[in-house]
Formats: sequence, structure tokens, C-alpha cells
Amino acid sequence: MMDVGRHPRIKLLAYSEIEHVSGFIGNFNVKVRKKARYVDENDCTACGDCVVDCPVIVPDEYQQGLSSRKAIYIQLPQAVPSAYLIDMDHCLGNNPIACGKCQEACEKKCINFDMEDEILELEVGTIIVATGNEVYDPTELDEFGYRSFENVITSMEFERLICAGGPTEGHFVRPTDHQRPIRIGFIQCVGSRSDNRGNPYCSNICCMNTIKDTLLLNDHYPDTESKVFYIDIRAFGKGFEDMFKRSKEAGVKYIRGIPGDVWEDPVTKNIFLAVEDTTSGKVEVHELDLVVLSVGLEPRKDMKHLQQLLTLSSTADGFLLESHPKLKPVDAPTRGIFYAGCVEAPKDVKESVTQASAAAARASIILNAGKVQIEAITAQINTDECNYCGLCAKVCPYHAITAADRKLGIYPEVIQAACAGCGTCGAECPTDAITMRHFTDFQIMAQVDSILDKDNMDKVVAFACNWCSYAGGDLCGTSRLQYPTNVRLIRTMCSGRVDEKFVIHAFKKGAPLVLVSGCHFADCHYINAVTWTQKRVEKLWNKLERLGIRPERLQLEWISAAEGQKFARVMRELEEMRKKVTPEEVAETIKILEREEAKALEKKAGKAKKAEEALQTA
Amino acid sequence: MYGEELRIGVFVCDCGLNIAGTVDCKAVAEYSETLDDVVAVIRNKYTCADPGQNEIKKAIIEHKLNRVVVASCTPKIHEPTFRQCVADAGLNPYLYEMANIREHCSWVHQNEKAKATEKAKELVKSAVARARFLEPQIEAEVPVTKAALVIGGGVAGIQSALDLADAGHQVYLVEKEPSIGGIMAALDKTYPTMDCSI
Repeated sequence: MMDVGRHPRIKLLAYSEIEHVSGFIGNFNVKVRKKARYVDENDCTACGDCVVDCPVIVPDEYQQGLSSRKAIYIQLPQAVPSAYLIDMDHCLGNNPIACGKCQEACEKKCINFDMEDEILELEVGTIIVATGNEVYDPTELDEFGYRSFENVITSMEFERLICAGGPTEGHFVRPTDHQRPIRIGFIQCVGSRSDNRGNPYCSNICCMNTIKDTLLLNDHYPDTESKVFYIDIRAFGKGFEDMFKRSKEAGVKYIRGIPGDVWEDPVTKNIFLAVEDTTSGKVEVHELDLVVLSVGLEPRKDMKHLQQLLTLSSTADGFLLESHPKLKPVDAPTRGIFYAGCVEAPKDVKESVTQASAAAARASIILNAGKVQIEAITAQINTDECNYCGLCAKVCPYHAITAADRKLGIYPEVIQAACAGCGTCGAECPTDAITMRHFTDFQIMAQVDSILDKDNMDKVVAFACNWCSYAGGDLCGTSRLQYPTNVRLIRTMCSGRVDEKFVIHAFKKGAPLVLVSGCHFADCHYINAVTWTQKRVEKLWNKLERLGIRPERLQLEWISAAEGQKFARVMRELEEMRKKVTPEEVAETIKILEREEAKALEKKAGKAKKAEEALQTA
Repeated sequence: MYGEELRIGVFVCDCGLNIAGTVDCKAVAEYSETLDDVVAVIRNKYTCADPGQNEIKKAIIEHKLNRVVVASCTPKIHEPTFRQCVADAGLNPYLYEMANIREHCSWVHQNEKAKATEKAKELVKSAVARARFLEPQIEAEVPVTKAALVIGGGVAGIQSALDLADAGHQVYLVEKEPSIGGIMAALDKTYPTMDCSI
């Protein structure tokens, strides 16, 4: 921590939040809000004189609420930056100054009640997301009497109680009588590995953390009688099994079973646990002085905003999705962004540090190269075809297309460096004036044709976005999930690329069933391009209905890269739907669409004729 | 080059038994030869390995290929590999196309070998259809701002920031809380070494 504070090349912005991110690999622009501390960070010597006179007392978050702090405080004694701050939510007020005692006490005069938040703009080439995790809170479900019985604490509270820097200066006592507990029970998997309570996944660290706790207790107080109630002990890392053995040798009892009932003796405040020891099948009751809930790890609840800014997706567990679970485990799917630590999955200190160094190395590759290639999949506008409608600029999630002006004859223009290649503009353009490089209309139509020119009744034409649905199909493959052979995927970068005419063309060529599939809204890799997919498909459903074509023959599904199971299920469902479409229905559809096409051509010819006549008259 | 006749090369990959265990790769290769504009078809055990890539490079020169289709795995793994491969042989990397006959075929239709083979043929056909319309593209090269942002000052963020800074890069470390340290700073000792967390 100290090394960060004094490193000449690290600019530490503590008490700061990311407000906005724009740009792309190599060229991110970031707005950071540096919140007002009301104490000059550089001048403060952390002498603590200000604290003495502060009249406000609030629970100390760092000590898990087990002790209190003042409204002017330092988060922890070893804080970096080593400076106090005023918690304005609890300070008696700065407008007007209601108390000001701290200001009077500060010799260095570094308290400034007029301090304001600052907005800093940073330009960076690469971003590492290391926002960490939250710890499961057993309060809401009153797990194992956590809310009802004072002598039931969490493993985080345990850490503060055993720590020399904690509220009891390391004297381990229990909450009710401040006496040292002798009989201590640890309940594992609280908030983890349950489909009904908390989270379904294993939180990775809790088994080893409890083993560590039992050894610490044994070290400090050899007469402690620890009991661990568990489902399995997962001691899989280097040196872990050894620690587990040491804990057992030290006399810690490991009981395979999670308590089913918990109650408190109203007089002694001791906790009773009823548990079935699944190795013996016997139900036992254990009387304990203190119970520690070994709580799991969770994704941060405040990540949504940052995820949207960086276009990052989550896996089903809520942690961030990596580019590839084995080959690119620290890369985000968005180029130039990397993960370190628990933001990607629960992990311990060693794994976090390992991943952090890996992320730094990956980021260094970009920084050292000094330049990056941008994939040539961006939009290009053919001004001969453009009618200045401005729709492209309106739908672009990146604001990468400049506004058109019919009167001034200004055509829209694509800012190549800002275009991410989603293709939404290409799909929306009513005059086909936009070419999506490497995903052109010709290329996609050729794929549709090739799928349907033989045995069309057997095919399902499926458009799949590169990042989620196509990747979901890949996961299906790596997981060997089986599904019928009839589906034919056409990959586009985003489902927003799927032009109405691709779908109509597929039906005209005799497709019994068409699927458009993309990312879930929150996962969209092109900010909000997927909302245009939805609108377009809804429009198409209306159109099909109006024409007398069953709208159900066009399906829309959101399948994420993590949803291999869902991909397989959707493919099976599509096959069932396909079987119900008759050759007569398809023939009728083709007839309807050909008639529509003829009508449209006629209309177009009429318009052109009129225009020509008007021109001649003029 | 454009306006020139199309000369497409198709490279069918066995991927050991990953593809060939389900799909009849010989039949896929034979079928590929019947497709319009395809002038060379080569089957490999592992197309991504050096010998496989060398076959592609050799064929590009020998058969004057101007489009390359590899029928193997997902483009998410080997598209960069083969783009580089064709570029090494002097072809624009965007004149390369992939047919995914592994993740989207052999691995998901393991019990339907005949049907999987038919599907693989059609996936190649579709890739060839797309390849006919491929155009060379030039990638833009943009400079990189020589600074990094690390969001979060827990143990992971601290380590990343220090590593990058020690490597000589400017680092901005943004932490929401008044101090860095994160959850680790609230722990007493950490396993497996049982030492102080700060």
C-alpha cells in the first residue's frame, strides 16, 4: 500500500469515482470525480488533533461497526493517502458551518469546508478493472440467527475481533459479555452453494479462511475448542491440504453437516446448533459460546454503471465475463480492458495478485507496442445513395456519425476511429447507402442464398451476434451439448446488423423459420445497439402479420456467451417449430413476398417516371 | 486484382479426431472441389499447426489463390491465426473466411455422423459463397496513449498498478474509498502464509 503512495509513476486518486468513459483501445477518455474530503490531502499529517473535539459519533465501517469513529476520521491507521476526511453525511454541517471545532484544532490549517468535488479528465491507452467484490450479508435472511443472536458473527467481524488493530486490540471476545469464547463454531457455505439462499456457486476462499481462523485461534488461545460445520472442505491449492491437516492435528473438530436449527440460551447467551453429522447419520446438538458464519463472496451491486460504460458483460453468477475462460482469462471482451481480482470471480489473495500481474503484463503489451490495429469492419457511407435522412447518426450507439443537413447539402460522415462496427446504421439506412466493411449486404445475402438453395424446408436460418449468441453456440460445442443439425448460423458483429431485408430475403428464398439472436440488453457489446434489434424485429412481426405470414416464423432470442445450455435448448425448440411449417405455407409466403416486391418495384418505377416528367417540365 | 477471376482455396481440418471423429472430412473435401470458383482443396490433420499453415501459404502461391476458406473451428480462436497466415503469403487478411465445423458441427452432432457431414459440407458452401464477395481491407493503425487506468485499489488493483508503474508506465489508480487497501486491509492474517494483510 505504501509503495503505491510513493511511486513516482502512480497518480493515486482515492475517494474518487469513474463518471464517464469514452473511446476505444489505446485511446480511452475517462472522467473521474474526485470527491471533496474537506481536508487537504497533501498537507494533512494525520496527527489526529481534529478528531478529539469532533462531537459526532458514528459506527466505524472499517471495524465492521464493532466500534465507532468521528465525523472527521481516517479510514484505517495505515491509510494511503495518509489523510483525514470529513464524512459530510454525518458532520453537523458546512453550510453554514455549524460546529467547526475540527478546523479550530487543526494547526496546519488543512481543513477547508468550502472544498468541492473535482472532475478530472484522463487519457489512457488501457484500463484494468479491479473493483473487487462484496461479502455476503446474512442479515436479510437472518441466516443462523445472525440478526437475532448477538453471539452469531460473520467471518469479516471475526477478522476485526482477532486483529491487533481491531476494536478490542486483538483481545478476542464475544459481543454479549466481552468474555473470551472457548467453544467456537464455524458454519461454512453461508451465502454459497445454495440454489435457495444466497448464491449457487462456491465462493472459493471460505474453507481456507476458516481453517486459517482455527489455526489463529489455536495459536492465540490453545484452549479454544473449534468446531467446523461443512459440506465439503475444499483445500485444493498449494500448501492448503497441509494447513487443513495442521488444523485437524491441533484438535479442531470437522463435522460434515450444516446446522438445521439454531437457538440461544436466554441466560448464558450461548448458541445451540442442531446438526446431522452426515458421516454418522446422527443428529447432534452442540453448545457454543460463539458462532462464526463463513460468508461467501458476491459481485458488487454498484457495478452496473461501470459495466455499461466499459461495455462489459457478466456471467450467470454476476461476475464479469472474460474474453476466453482458458486462453484469455484476464482479457475483457472489449479490447484494451483487463480484469484483476475478484471482479472476475471469487479468489484469494494469491490468485488475485497472480491475475493482477497477468493483467498488468497484458496491458503492457499494448502500451509497449505504442500503436494498435483497428479491425477493418467499420461503416462507410456512399454519398451517392444517401438521402440525408439522418437515421444513421440517430441510431449509432457511439455517436460516431456526424449529423446530415439536407439544406446545406452536408452528408453524414463516419468517424472511423469511433465506429465500432456494430452495423446498426447499415441495417437502418433506408437507401442502402451504408456499407459495413467485411459484413456487407452482398456477403450476408450470399450466405442466405447458399443456405436455402437446396433442401430449404429443412433449414433454420439463424443470425447470431459475434459476442454473445455465436459465442453461446461455441460454448455449446466445447460443452458437447447436442442439438439438431438443421440450424445454419450467419455471424454478424451485432444483432443490430440484421437488416429487415435479410429476413425478408430468407423468407422469399423459402426459409421455414428465421432466428435473430443477440446479447441480453445489459450485455450488449455496442452499448444499446440491441434495442434497435428489438425494435426492428417488432416492426418485422407487424409487417409479416399484415402480409398474412405467421410472425412466429421469425424468432428473437437473447443468448449470452455463457448460455450454452440455453443455446442448445433454443436450437431444439426451433427444430420443433420448423417441423410445423408446411411446404404449402412456405410456397404461399414466397408468393406473397414476390407480389410485394413487384408492387414495390412498380411504385419505385412510378416515382422515377414522375420525377423524370417533373424534370422535363421544369 | 479485383475483376480478376475468383480462385478459392478450401482447407478442411480434421482437428485430430475433434472434427474427423464425427464428420467425414474426406467427403467434405471432395464436395468442396465441386464448388464453383474453388481451385484447390487440401485436407489437414491440424490446419492451425505449422505444417497446416505452410500448406495454405504454399497453395496461395502455387494455385494463385485470391480467397482462402478454412473449415475448422470457431473464428474466435483461430481467425487471427489464419489472417496472419494468409497475410504472410501476401494475401490481404480480409480475403480469408472460416467455416466453423467443430464447435457448431462435429461437437454438437456427435451422434448424427451422416447429418453432421452434410451440415459441414453446407457450412463450407456458405463460407465459399461469402468468400466470393470478400474485399481486401486496410486496418487503421491508431497510436496508443502511454498511460493506464486501474479502477479499484484493493490487493489486485495495487499489484497491477505497481507492476505497470515499475515497467515504466504512467498509472492512474482510482479508488472509491478514502484509502486504498480494499477488503484485504480489513483482514487480520491471510492464508496460506498467515502473515499480516497490510
